[in-house]
Amino acid sequence: MIPETPQGVEWYQVADASLAGRMRHAPATKGSPMRWNLLLPGAVLLAVICLVSFVTHQPLKGVATEESARPTADIDESVQKVNLFFARRWAGEDLQSAKQTDELTVLRRITLALMGTVPSLEEIRAFEQDRGPDRVPRWTARFLHDRRYAEYFAERLARGFVGVEGGQFIVYRRDRFLNWLSDQLETNRPYPELVREMIGGNGLWTDEPEVNFVMAGYDDGEGFNENKLAGRAVRAFLGQRIDCAQCHDHPFDHWKQNEFAGLAAHFGQLKLSPVGVREDRDLKFEVEDRNSLEKKVVEPAVPFGEKWEPTEGTRRERLAAWVTHPENRRLERAIVNRVWGLLFGRSWIEPVDDLPDPSGDEIAGPKVDGAKHPKTMKPGEQDLLDVLGADFREHGYDLRRLIEVIVASKPFLLESKSDVDDASRLDRMKEHFAIFPLTRLRPEQIIGALLQASSLTTIDQNSHLISRLIKLTRSNDFVKEYGDLGENELEDRAGTIPQALLRMNGNLVSETIDAKPFTASGRISQMAPDDTKRLELCYLVCLTRRPTPEESAYFLPVLEENRPQRRGLVVEDLYWTLFNSPEFAWNH
Amino acid sequence: MNLSRRDLLQAAFASGLSFALPGLDLRAAETRGDERQKSLIVIWLGGGASQLETWDPHPGTKIGGPTKSIKTKLPGLEIADLYPRVAEHIHELNVIRSLVSKEGDHERGTYLLKTGYRPDPTLIHPSLGAIASHELPNDKLEIPAHISLLGGQFPARGGFLGEIFDAFKIYDPSNGIRNLKARVGDARQQKRLAGLDIVTKSFQTGRRVQVENTLHQLTVERALRMMTSEQLKAFEIDQESQAIRDAYGDTQFGRGCLAARRLVETGVRAVEVTLMGWDTHANNFEGHKTQAKELDPALAALVHDLKQRDLLASTLVLCIGEFGRTPKINGLDGRDHWPRGFSCLVGGGGLRSGVVLGETDTEPLIEQDANKSTAMPHDPIEVPDLFATILRQLGVEFDKEVLTPIGRPMKFSSGKPIERLIAST
Repeated sequence: MIPETPQGVEWYQVADASLAGRMRHAPATKGSPMRWNLLLPGAVLLAVICLVSFVTHQPLKGVATEESARPTADIDESVQKVNLFFARRWAGEDLQSAKQTDELTVLRRITLALMGTVPSLEEIRAFEQDRGPDRVPRWTARFLHDRRYAEYFAERLARGFVGVEGGQFIVYRRDRFLNWLSDQLETNRPYPELVREMIGGNGLWTDEPEVNFVMAGYDDGEGFNENKLAGRAVRAFLGQRIDCAQCHDHPFDHWKQNEFAGLAAHFGQLKLSPVGVREDRDLKFEVEDRNSLEKKVVEPAVPFGEKWEPTEGTRRERLAAWVTHPENRRLERAIVNRVWGLLFGRSWIEPVDDLPDPSGDEIAGPKVDGAKHPKTMKPGEQDLLDVLGADFREHGYDLRRLIEVIVASKPFLLESKSDVDDASRLDRMKEHFAIFPLTRLRPEQIIGALLQASSLTTIDQNSHLISRLIKLTRSNDFVKEYGDLGENELEDRAGTIPQALLRMNGNLVSETIDAKPFTASGRISQMAPDDTKRLELCYLVCLTRRPTPEESAYFLPVLEENRPQRRGLVVEDLYWTLFNSPEFAWNH
Repeated sequence: MNLSRRDLLQAAFASGLSFALPGLDLRAAETRGDERQKSLIVIWLGGGASQLETWDPHPGTKIGGPTKSIKTKLPGLEIADLYPRVAEHIHELNVIRSLVSKEGDHERGTYLLKTGYRPDPTLIHPSLGAIASHELPNDKLEIPAHISLLGGQFPARGGFLGEIFDAFKIYDPSNGIRNLKARVGDARQQKRLAGLDIVTKSFQTGRRVQVENTLHQLTVERALRMMTSEQLKAFEIDQESQAIRDAYGDTQFGRGCLAARRLVETGVRAVEVTLMGWDTHANNFEGHKTQAKELDPALAALVHDLKQRDLLASTLVLCIGEFGRTPKINGLDGRDHWPRGFSCLVGGGGLRSGVVLGETDTEPLIEQDANKSTAMPHDPIEVPDLFATILRQLGVEFDKEVLTPIGRPMKFSSGKPIERLIAST
């Protein structure tokens, strides 16, 4: 795990050397002359080595290097637009923003949001040794090119797109869908292309994983559920919960039952055939009238922006074109709100998928009297979602770039603490992101952080097979026991008693803090040169920071009075304490 | 924004929650009669029990199958002959034979029959037990106020009241409770906790209000109190005499019901005990025979035991599942899902007893698709009305409007109490 220590350098200082090596292109190995009778066994040996390393390191792709992961060039102007929006907003609300936080805290926020884990000691060391300009943007870009980002973020987005249910395995493959989405994120395809493929795709759910979006709305007994699909599509991609309009008019906005039926009719020609999902142009979509109980055929229709819907193509292709039309600003607003939510743990508008109508007559939807969403903007007023949404659209719907812009903007860099002690003022600061919100880590983030903190090197696709296997097999059980948040994972949550019990007394925590020769706690307890370093290392590995003077004053005597035989136990106790602190379990 | 969380905090701090809390006031557990706060025990028949093989048999008819009926202690009431022991005690409860719902799917039906509301994609409603423990706090309690025994796929949830009101899930109490033992001895544990104080304090600097809102410390403190609580003895059913244990039956479910009685006695507000295995699409009659062997002794013993201990007047008992089963017997000798006219038992907690509500036809309109059937029992009872009755009887303001986290006002129950079940005072 830890590379051999070069002479004159302490082991705890060199973790970055391996990373630096990894980041450079490896020099080509020169072949040397060799006798023929050595060639065959040599070749066999080489083949075995190759195979073993392939198996233990697979997949090799996805390791970001500085060369391949440059930050996007022209984001400054976009960041300024966002900062200007907040400067005005805070001034208008008479709020003073919190101070700017330190870069290690930002690093922790980024790795938690993008990869579901805390930074490893290896990464912290390399980050701190990086003295170049624009350190945070460069590291953000590097993580955005890491396969860990593609996989973790795909799972987060998939919860909005298809939910969390495994569904009926024979006709629905969520795992394939996840792989597909990870690949799309890794190649950073423009977002509307993904949406078009999910809504309009045809074929088998195993060959064309994007059709699992519609298969998620398939039920063995009842076939495709057009209402569920229409509700899901509008909610996931346009950020409006019109599911309620299926039975009654939407409480906040203007959606009416008949408009819902028109949308659902777009899924009315879906058919399951031996070659998978396809359209059958002869199918009719019928709806039962609630009063007369008569069935009537409903033709596809959209509730607003009729001119965006092409007349050509299948019904689903037409719907997909309408959803992703550049003038349909709900699309960009919805994804911006969602990405904002995944980065901060709280979306700009809550709930994440129930946004007010965008301002402007053109797209406001049908005019009906009724209650309005509490956050509806006045005509001509620009919301954050409009600012970021337009920027996202104008720059090729580039998800990676959107994340870079948000991470570089002022709200993401603020401290989560402040001198303000008044609860209602703090609530307002939180509402307008004048302070970084405390949010409960998702179970995947907790286990990611636990496992990462049990190792000094980065656990990624290049880790030893066993570390990755542990991560894979343990994650699901832990997530279940900690309480999976399902698809509404951006809701504001507090801690629970079973979670506290699991962190304090659970098997996994106990195993990860065990001071064995190859665990982080074991290495720290045995090999750190003194107690000050020992304490600092525990803090860096678990909390991505150094101890405060008060903490050092308390813990150093505790460490000292127990040396050296009981040192392992003391480090275990310290690990336990850090794992159980609110700072560990909450994003700050 | 989240009102319930703040309410809870205030309640917690007002009650002076700390490590120094005095232990359980044993006399509190001994309070009886009107002075005693009400509790709720839900016997959950997961999968949907057949009304025809339980409390609403129709022997000798086309739909009745081979199931026979027996007389009960309540004159005029007959139930399936699989329940001779329940027949001895059913007069302490009431029977509803005409529950109706529109939910014929397990998950949706369970949601309705645990919360009183149909599923709504925009929010999660709290279950009965969550509402009860939210509205009727017991600050002497060191173990969770809302407990689910023997699991099932969809345990009762806190919904918009917050996850802290989720039922605390214990699969089988006789196997011990998970993660309840500290991993190290007392001396080390104290050191760990002392350190935790230091680290928590530094995180609270500049974040006092925010950290309070996380409930982190509150949950850790409650977990610690629970780990060392004397009240955990409530789970130790081997403290009971052999005769009592035998009466409940030597089954997981029987032990669960016995634990439920002990928990309620200790002051737990709401307990759910699940018996799965009622989804008899095939071999309905054999399946229900097997199920009855567990349910009959356990339910009868529970009612009898509560009565004996003068706890029945303060403990509401509800025996219910997500729906009933079709009157029509299918080709596999099974019955399918049927939400249009199914049965439940409800009683105790000061409700009247011996009332039988509703009636189903011996030959209802049977259609292939239960969900589209227009069959209706006589005197249909809607699920929300049952829930309003139960909440009212527990002492909860059943039509109180609370704000959900997204600011939508929502009543605890949308129904009206069933006056015929409520004792006149």
